[in-house]
Amino acid sequence: MVHAVNSGHPGGSLGCADFLTALYFHVMKHDKSFSPDGIGEDLFFLSNGHISPLWYSVLARSGYFNVAELATFRKLNTRLQGHPATEEGLPGIRIASGSLGQGLSVAIGAAQTKKLNNDDGTVYVLMGDGELNEGQVWEAAMYGAHCNIDNVIATVDFNGQQIDGPTEEVMSLKDLKAKWVAFGWEVIETEGNDMKEIISGLKLAKSLSGKGKPIVNLMHTEMGFGIDFMVGTHKWHGIAPNDEQLANALSQLEETLGDY
Amino acid sequence: MTKLTYTEKKDTRSGFGAGLLELGRTNENVVALCADLIGSLKMGDFKKEFPERFFQVGIAEANMIGLAAGMTIGGKIPFTGTFANFSTGRVYDQIRQSVAYSEKNVKICASHAGLTLGEDGATHQILEDIGMMKMLPNMTVINPCDYNQTKAATIAIADHEGPVYLRFGRPAVPIFTPADQKFEIGKAIKMIEGADVTIFATGHLVWEAIEAEAILEAEGINAEVINIHTIKPLDVKAILESVKRTGCAVSAEEHQMNGGLGDSIAQTLSTHHPAPLEMVAVNDSFGESGTPAELMTKYGIKCDNIVAAAKAAIARK
Repeated sequence: MVHAVNSGHPGGSLGCADFLTALYFHVMKHDKSFSPDGIGEDLFFLSNGHISPLWYSVLARSGYFNVAELATFRKLNTRLQGHPATEEGLPGIRIASGSLGQGLSVAIGAAQTKKLNNDDGTVYVLMGDGELNEGQVWEAAMYGAHCNIDNVIATVDFNGQQIDGPTEEVMSLKDLKAKWVAFGWEVIETEGNDMKEIISGLKLAKSLSGKGKPIVNLMHTEMGFGIDFMVGTHKWHGIAPNDEQLANALSQLEETLGDY
Repeated sequence: MTKLTYTEKKDTRSGFGAGLLELGRTNENVVALCADLIGSLKMGDFKKEFPERFFQVGIAEANMIGLAAGMTIGGKIPFTGTFANFSTGRVYDQIRQSVAYSEKNVKICASHAGLTLGEDGATHQILEDIGMMKMLPNMTVINPCDYNQTKAATIAIADHEGPVYLRFGRPAVPIFTPADQKFEIGKAIKMIEGADVTIFATGHLVWEAIEAEAILEAEGINAEVINIHTIKPLDVKAILESVKRTGCAVSAEEHQMNGGLGDSIAQTLSTHHPAPLEMVAVNDSFGESGTPAELMTKYGIKCDNIVAAAKAAIARK
């Protein structure tokens, strides 16, 4: 998808591919017929909207829309906007994201509505670690703990990379676990590039919900996971592979489903 | 038309508080959020009667807008409350992405708009909010004129599906619209009929326009006064119908000239029916500390300024 339009964000998408697959195929209670209000369902919000190619792929393969539509990504008149949006009516998307730092607030708001509606669905949200530079995330973190929002499971894609370089160089996260603990969250740490680990981590997170505290899952991943020349570097945050690089990358994956 | 008078003054923010309380009683989906300004926004009665539907978010306006957007998912109708400055400029990107672009049913309710919060000065006054909000696709922008109209508008926007910016203020101002007047979004209200010039006013300036009309009448000038409580969508039909008869216009608002009501009227007239227009508004300047009356005088948005603008517009016909 990214190659076809020569734009997009492959690095973070590859790093979180296992996570989103686990969420949609093994963890969440969700309905591919899609209702925007998601009553009785688990909800997912992608706060780091730039990994949209991944989310669209997972939504399509979950049956929200036809896999063939993935080929329209980032093209004029597409429902698959560069960053997720609701205006074009793509099933599976409940709010726009792309400008960073907003998704945790949205997820907590949706979780509060679930509580008001006596809806036992869980609200999942994924954020980037670079995204944690945004102050709004910490406003939401403070609020979530203060209000005992225990039906939210936030995951941080903890890959240590952002656009201008490693997070330690750009804006050090210091002791990220201690930060979330200090804000009053239940914190778990998981490995994000191992399907079994992800599923067991999310089950653990779910078992911790409903106990008065919001939950955050610090998920260690490698940006560009699975592709030797993309892995572990910020350089593939927001650029597309050329023909040769694409062929090389696809030769490294056990399974390629032809949606590129 | 009967002469417009008043017997009581009240702040428009109290109209919001009363409207919100009534909504609490009639619409169980209405929820309210406030960023540490419950007293200033007059949200205390709602909080007291519906504590489970009231959310204190602390001094964290960006989070408040995001929460409100999220709360709409599942059918709630969130009303956010803080000062107009912190309701717009501080959270523009949150409103843009999570509310307007995402087409969320959030009601952004903003008190202390314009100069008339007074002594706190320019950090707390905002004169750009109408402009910022009207530029956003999907956004409705409403600026009612008195207690009754603010209460009615608050109630009306709950039935409107989509994002709304509702702007009101702090000072006690005359109550001159009927308590039972239904609020119709986007429908201008003719307050006084006239033939020589049309004064289009919004918010606190509607009463100033009514006073200006009396002064003009005494001088033999017959002014029409139209209350534009909804700046977007603008009642283009009513504006054109009036100016086609009177031949010239004045706009009056407690806002910057750039981006305000006057701007919208100028666009309408120049596109459909070119006619002289004089704008009464703050001219590319921040406010400052002072009493509301002093500030309105210094920044040129009193009835006297409307009178002078009306004469200037007529002279250009």
